[in-house]
Amino acid sequence: MSARHIDLAGTRHRFDGLAHVLAAATPLRSGDTLAGVAADSAEQRVAARWLLADLPLTTFLTEPIIPYETDEVTRLIVDTHDTAAFAPLASMTVGALREWLLADTTDGAAIAACARGITPEMAAAVSKLMRNQDLVAVARKIQVVTAFRDTIGLTGRLSVRLQPNHPTDDPTGIAASILDGLLMGAGDAVIGINPAGDSVARVATLLAMIDEIRDGLAIPTQSCVLTHVTNTIELVRRGAPVDLCFQSIAGTEATNRSFGIDLALLHEAQDATLGLARGTVGHDVMYFETGQGSCLSADAHHGVDQQTLECRAYAVARAYRPLLVNSVVGFIGPEYLYDGKQILRAALEDHFCGKLMGLPMGLDICHTNHAEADQDDMDTALTMLGVAGVSFIMGVPGADDIMLGYQSTSFHDALYARQVLGLRPAPEFEAWLAKVGLTDPAGRLSDTGGTALASQSIPALTALLG
Amino acid sequence: MADPPAPLDLAARLRSLTIARVGLGRVGAALPTRPMLDFQLAHARARDAVHAALPIGAIAIAGHAVIDVRSRAVDRTCYLHRPDLGRRLHPDDAALLPAGEPDLAIVVADGLSAVAVERHACALIAALLKRLPHWTVAPIVVARQARVAIGDEIGAALRAKIVVVLIGERPGLSSAESVGAYITWAPARGRRDNERNCVSNIHPPNGLDYANAADEIATLCRAARDAGRTGVLLKDFAGDRLPDAAPPR
Repeated sequence: MSARHIDLAGTRHRFDGLAHVLAAATPLRSGDTLAGVAADSAEQRVAARWLLADLPLTTFLTEPIIPYETDEVTRLIVDTHDTAAFAPLASMTVGALREWLLADTTDGAAIAACARGITPEMAAAVSKLMRNQDLVAVARKIQVVTAFRDTIGLTGRLSVRLQPNHPTDDPTGIAASILDGLLMGAGDAVIGINPAGDSVARVATLLAMIDEIRDGLAIPTQSCVLTHVTNTIELVRRGAPVDLCFQSIAGTEATNRSFGIDLALLHEAQDATLGLARGTVGHDVMYFETGQGSCLSADAHHGVDQQTLECRAYAVARAYRPLLVNSVVGFIGPEYLYDGKQILRAALEDHFCGKLMGLPMGLDICHTNHAEADQDDMDTALTMLGVAGVSFIMGVPGADDIMLGYQSTSFHDALYARQVLGLRPAPEFEAWLAKVGLTDPAGRLSDTGGTALASQSIPALTALLG
Repeated sequence: MADPPAPLDLAARLRSLTIARVGLGRVGAALPTRPMLDFQLAHARARDAVHAALPIGAIAIAGHAVIDVRSRAVDRTCYLHRPDLGRRLHPDDAALLPAGEPDLAIVVADGLSAVAVERHACALIAALLKRLPHWTVAPIVVARQARVAIGDEIGAALRAKIVVVLIGERPGLSSAESVGAYITWAPARGRRDNERNCVSNIHPPNGLDYANAADEIATLCRAARDAGRTGVLLKDFAGDRLPDAAPPR
């Protein structure tokens, strides 16, 4: 850990090491203050950015912010660094990388070609030099395409996770929310339930129910019950219809251990799920969720700021070819992201850094009731992320998750974003919506969608449709 | 097959099957005005609950003294920013707590919803005490700007064998008045969350009622005294006697 300093306007600003520079350069957020790593003053924050701007990117290859010997995420980052992909950036500073990313002459394909050469610390560093509009402008250039039963992430598309949670996992109640979402054109990213109870038997029941609806209506999408990977491995063993393997992940080994996982277990779960070979247009089977603050929450942050740690979670994610990576940005609460401004900033950073590192980034644009945020803040974040080309967002009935007790985006919100920004669903799903009569030839939602679906005979929907 | 339902019938049918906000209709891509305002009302109630204060004298149990204490979080803004301070007892207030070595200490903490404990804590405490007739009980401690772990320091000062913290849970849109109960054996600073047991979602008439909640808390207290522990280890010791664990969040 080598100390650094910079002299600005007659004041010398000292930093204990690279992690300190990164933390101090980070736009203000409550979680870094809580962790005791935030800048001491507004001036020190900008001084750290000046210092960061002149740092060679190679610094991040020679000075790990968490030791290689004690953290398997650091080992993953170092051992899988692609020097060929890094070559075009090898002589750049962090400031030069920002300018290269923004330049008219740099297109999305050029950025994507460098993805495996960009470590999480480099992504975090450059994001700290970028304004919100920079984060939007660069992310918008980058297309990350993944596929299972439909294709996620194409330019001009916005997909939606249909999130039909229920406080007691009542299958009929969940089916009602699924149907409501389908009628609103949602569900092309995944139909994904957070179960209230985590028993394998209960999860199996829910998987079978979604699969019956999906298969019965021939919907080109995938299903998921968001349970621990050890449960998913067991469900695969029992022959349950597992499309995607879900797991929450974080950017340090110790935090992942607190989640009951390590990198080897993720590989085992990925292999088990791939073995079912249920994809049609692709075989990306992993679904990861992340969020700034999880390492501090697990008391395993190593003095590193929460946004840099979040990027390290993306290094974990990209080792497993995920179909979907979702930052649940406002869920953790105001002690990590205090208000709408901090949530918006974090959402744009997470989307940008994930895309820069080659991930299919979606955002759960959300807030809890004790954060200083409301639906107006969610509208702003949704609109900016839509412009930035976010791969997918959540669709929760009326934006109110009645199981998890927080507010996300709704089916209506997704429809708004598609309409005002001219975005369309995943192509296979879009064709299905038209074929079953949920949309008209112009792609507009039909008002008689229920009639269209009622001509199908699906036991799980019989109670709903009569 | 019966005729498919008309859109309005379908919306009504969906609404009858879940408390989720389904079948809301739409104007263009947007919500009609009434469901939009419904959401705003629920959110406003939850916001008000987060910022409400617990009035002095709101917690009173016949035959039991009440002691008011503070955490180290000086106000609500500080409380929301600094969960670490909400877990610590104000240094001036430790002297208010008599070291009576009771079997049980009960702490009422405002948490994220003072409204919840104001509404439910007294009746819940009465129901709990009825179920533990021969237990010695410390004066009821009311802690403001407090999180669950403040009970560790309070319980230690009282030298209680067990502390039960009744705390206002984070308000959701469907309920801003839910109480959680956290049971900790041998309370002392530094106890971890996996050393506690929890009964959550106490808010009659929609959530768990007082009698059932008090049954669960009393069962956990008795099992803790027999086992000399709480948390994950208590589940290992007395698994089948215990109520089902709350779902993970």
